[in-house]
Amino acid sequence: MTLLNNSTALVVIEQDATGFSPINLKVMGAIECLRKFTRLTVDLLVVGKDCTAVAETAARIPGIRQVLVADGSGGEHQLSEALSPWLADLAFAYDYLVMGSTTFGKNLLPRVAALMDIQPVTDVVAIESTNTFQRPIYAGNALMRVMTDQATTLLSIRASVFTAVRFGELVAPVIAIAPPPAQVLSRLLSQQQVQVYTERPELTAARVVVSGGRGLQSGDNFQLLYQLADKLEAAVGASRAAVDAGFAANDIQVGQTGKVVAPELYIAVGLSGAIQHIAGMRDSKVVVAINKDPDAPIFQVADYGLVADLFTAIPELIELL
Amino acid sequence: MKILVAIKRVVDPVVRVRPLVDGNGMDIAKARTVTNPFCEIAVEEAVRLKEQGVATEVVVVSIGPPSVQEQLRNALALGADRALHIQTDSSLEPLSIAKVLRVIVSQELPQLILLGKQSIDGDHNQTGQMLAALCGYPQGTFASHIDYKKDEVWVTRELDSGLETLALALPAVITTDLRLNQPRFPTMPNIMKARQKPLEIIALETISMDVQPRLQTLAVEAPKLRQQGVKVVDVAELVDKLRQEAKVL
Repeated sequence: MTLLNNSTALVVIEQDATGFSPINLKVMGAIECLRKFTRLTVDLLVVGKDCTAVAETAARIPGIRQVLVADGSGGEHQLSEALSPWLADLAFAYDYLVMGSTTFGKNLLPRVAALMDIQPVTDVVAIESTNTFQRPIYAGNALMRVMTDQATTLLSIRASVFTAVRFGELVAPVIAIAPPPAQVLSRLLSQQQVQVYTERPELTAARVVVSGGRGLQSGDNFQLLYQLADKLEAAVGASRAAVDAGFAANDIQVGQTGKVVAPELYIAVGLSGAIQHIAGMRDSKVVVAINKDPDAPIFQVADYGLVADLFTAIPELIELL
Repeated sequence: MKILVAIKRVVDPVVRVRPLVDGNGMDIAKARTVTNPFCEIAVEEAVRLKEQGVATEVVVVSIGPPSVQEQLRNALALGADRALHIQTDSSLEPLSIAKVLRVIVSQELPQLILLGKQSIDGDHNQTGQMLAALCGYPQGTFASHIDYKKDEVWVTRELDSGLETLALALPAVITTDLRLNQPRFPTMPNIMKARQKPLEIIALETISMDVQPRLQTLAVEAPKLRQQGVKVVDVAELVDKLRQEAKVL
């Protein structure tokens, strides 16, 4: 296929407690899909305070023109009030502005979009042409195919469905640009990184995910899942019911309004399988459900179902692995 | 202090919905509708702030056909003082909704604007952020705790990495997450009282804003369905299947 048109994209790089977030490599996977339809020049944007190391990591992403780094106190903590007017000015020069559909991207992209007077397409799960995209609605019970014909196309990417790119040998140029100016609308008071398990994979990037529901009965019993996860080198997730009950932290909730995962193996333990939970794991390759209630809806989406008391089944499973 | 709460009518989240076979939308004409769960949490929070003496007035607003008045009356029964119905039969995109709400904000001048973080039908998660941008106000999205101070509001936000607390200057826009509160049910006397509370109807056409859709929906389709698998008898069989058949261990 001959690519007739040239276009430009600006991708906002997301940072986490460790620096460069692995989610960026999946967002770049979506950019690779877009390259099938247009000859794309890609710039990456790193904004924050003391973010040069993140920019240097980002520069190893293959196929990009340059990394723009805006280092300064105005962009500290990436507050959307500071970033959005500044980013809107930058983005006008591009055909695409792209970020991950994470709490970072969900907070920032619509604010930038409104300042640009553009309706973004959020939570993109498929790229079908330069201007046609698919996004889930109704908790993933339907896929909407939308076309946009606006001056700049603003996209947030559901990272779980795209294949991560790998770092390359070449290093792209890192260009310093002016950081966002200081603002007085908002300031950060405190951050509670609930749990950083360095020895365990990140939930949305894990090959195996073990999720627990209200059937676990207590936060202490979640330790059982962590033992299983250790055997499988898995990440641990939770249903909304388990998080609401205080058994697990909010940042491991899987579902329509929590995290969306698509691992090779998803093991659902003691969770019923509400529509909203299934929305967060339906793209998993192989699903296992362990629940003592044979009528639990989770069995309808499970490849392998085991009707059993989790408190006997999970220790057995740990033993056999 | 005045609080404005924007609410949306949606299909009951427990209803399993499907796209129409012709791909022109969802098969929801007869489905039961409720207030979007996140919007209910926003109403509840506003009412609590009023009960605590922080807020003096709670105004609820909804955009849609006459049927949304049912949700507005429900919010009045929960404790809101007054309702605004922006009447239209068109389905508006988040950017258009934000533009319309901005006009309401400029008339009502609330100190706090509460919205649900997303509606469970469109799942956009955009309107609150857009409204904040258009008003030039700070935003506290995905709020799990709100602490109203004298001249600012502290908002704890649920993030992918945990929690963070921001101090926002007033006026501010806050979008609510699931764990902010547990909404109450309206009582029968309050439902009766709500019938007497003011509900103003404003035709969308009288708000001069560009609300033309920017996105064209080409089709609404069903996703690939997961096939129901098999039941295994015990843990040993499960492990065997995962190793030999699925090859994921």
